[in-house]
Amino acid sequence: MSARAHMPVGQEAAAAKGWIGAHRFLLLRRASQLFFLLLFLLGPWLGIWIVEGTLAGSRTLGVLPLTDPFILSQSLIAGHWPELTALIGGLIVLVSYALIGGRVYCSWVCPINPVTDAANWLHRRLNLPKGWQPKRGTRLWILASVLIVSGLTGVIAWEVINPITMLHRGLIFGMGFVWAMIAAIFVFDLFVARHGWCGHLCPVGAFYGLIGAKSLLRISAANRMACDDCMDCYAVCPENQVISPALKGKPGSSPLILSPDCTNCGRCIDVCAVDVFQFTHRLDDRVVTPSEPATAPEPRTARLI
Amino acid sequence: MPLAGTPLSPQRRRFLQETARAAGGCVVAGSLLAYLARSARALPAEALRPPGALPEEDFLSACIRCGLCVRDCPYDTLKLAELGAGSGATGTPYFTARDVPCEMCDDIPCVAACPTGALNPALDVIDDAKMGVAVLVDQENCLNYLGLRCDVCYRVCPVIDEAITLEPSHNTRSGHHAIFAPTVHADRCTGCGMCEKSCVLPEAAIKVLPARLARGRSATHYRKGWEEKAAKGGPLVEDVIDLPDRLPGPGTDNLAAPGGYEPGYNLPGLGQ
Repeated sequence: MSARAHMPVGQEAAAAKGWIGAHRFLLLRRASQLFFLLLFLLGPWLGIWIVEGTLAGSRTLGVLPLTDPFILSQSLIAGHWPELTALIGGLIVLVSYALIGGRVYCSWVCPINPVTDAANWLHRRLNLPKGWQPKRGTRLWILASVLIVSGLTGVIAWEVINPITMLHRGLIFGMGFVWAMIAAIFVFDLFVARHGWCGHLCPVGAFYGLIGAKSLLRISAANRMACDDCMDCYAVCPENQVISPALKGKPGSSPLILSPDCTNCGRCIDVCAVDVFQFTHRLDDRVVTPSEPATAPEPRTARLI
Repeated sequence: MPLAGTPLSPQRRRFLQETARAAGGCVVAGSLLAYLARSARALPAEALRPPGALPEEDFLSACIRCGLCVRDCPYDTLKLAELGAGSGATGTPYFTARDVPCEMCDDIPCVAACPTGALNPALDVIDDAKMGVAVLVDQENCLNYLGLRCDVCYRVCPVIDEAITLEPSHNTRSGHHAIFAPTVHADRCTGCGMCEKSCVLPEAAIKVLPARLARGRSATHYRKGWEEKAAKGGPLVEDVIDLPDRLPGPGTDNLAAPGGYEPGYNLPGLGQ
């Protein structure tokens, strides 16, 4: 095990599936992040107004309103009953993410994700210690605090410092001092805490996690019998506490990753050389049983050579 | 009853410790956030909110900072406050009258664009907007107050002769000219900023200020006697004898009465 645990993450998968195959969802995810950003930027850059506004609130093709339900919740608690447009927009977003997984927002849309992913990439390359690791539940505490502060101050509190909407708005309307804030998050994730911001602190991620707690779209470790304990999925997963119940569950337990913390990023699918994981829906709890024992993983010593 | 010194339950103790720790951290972080949220309310006087904006304390509970009002402003008047730029809560819309004033579109597209009602849709006539109040802040440099006929602020005012009028008075410097003082009537001024934008001086003598700075407020119990009298159509107190006013002057005994004066010198031989 130790020999393979020291191999670069995803090397085996790349050998088995090719580089593209081992980075399929990463590439798709970057394309998705770029796509959503470009939708907003086409207007101010090229005068093609498909989507106007920001992630906080937008209007697509002049008709479809979308509103961030977390901002809307703070607004309600702060004492403002929004107009119908914003409420409809919030509802559309809420229902969509409730179906496909709330934290799909984090990994497929949020513009901070490339920043923290880059920090994490460098963090791994430099072999830095994981640093400060507050409990994963810390973000829920922060979420509660944000809602309480919104109520007490009558201000949509998180928008005072929300780096997601600040970066997004900065790119579309003008950055100001936002660069410093983004640099701060990068440095925080690089040196202070591994997966610190998105994985432990961000209340937006916590909120979307709660929205999508019962989402349909899920990743399943359906082929978990084939797992050869290379640990690459644990190494690559930004929320790796979600894997064990599905992958290492007792026989008969569900292979579905049901934790609301899972961002449906699909990197576990990418880095697995034996294709343990797959996207599916939450009612599909089938476990693939190997047809013949011969397909069981070869001893790793043999494969290393 | 457990023995003294024996923990009741290690799990219970750890749970309580961790909860206390998280709650403590939240109090610290929450206080910091509350401080930032409160200080975000400080809107600089030069930053004016778009038409129909709710009062500042309500505005920050309603504005989601999406920028759709900015997108629909046909004159690029509105901007979103940038972080650290000192133009109000970050991401909220504002305009600077001296740079680009509000053109007061009849269909008020910024209000129509607002999804949350932070710009109040109840505003349907732009002349009712209250973005601020113009104040002639510097009478010493205003050309009209110097006796010239600049009149630019008056001419450009979209609510001319109602929001700004020219009030003539005697020019005591020259002795035989008039001063046409630009005079703002706050109940009709929308705060669009056309006057401030157009002031010909290097630094405008007329400026749009938020109402909190521009206006005083009369006490609620004050009554203006002449208005009450006109409303009633007669004296407010019956049977008050109106004595004739006695003006001071020669031949009266009222030379030194209040409002009167002592002669500079007395002619000799007139006694006293």
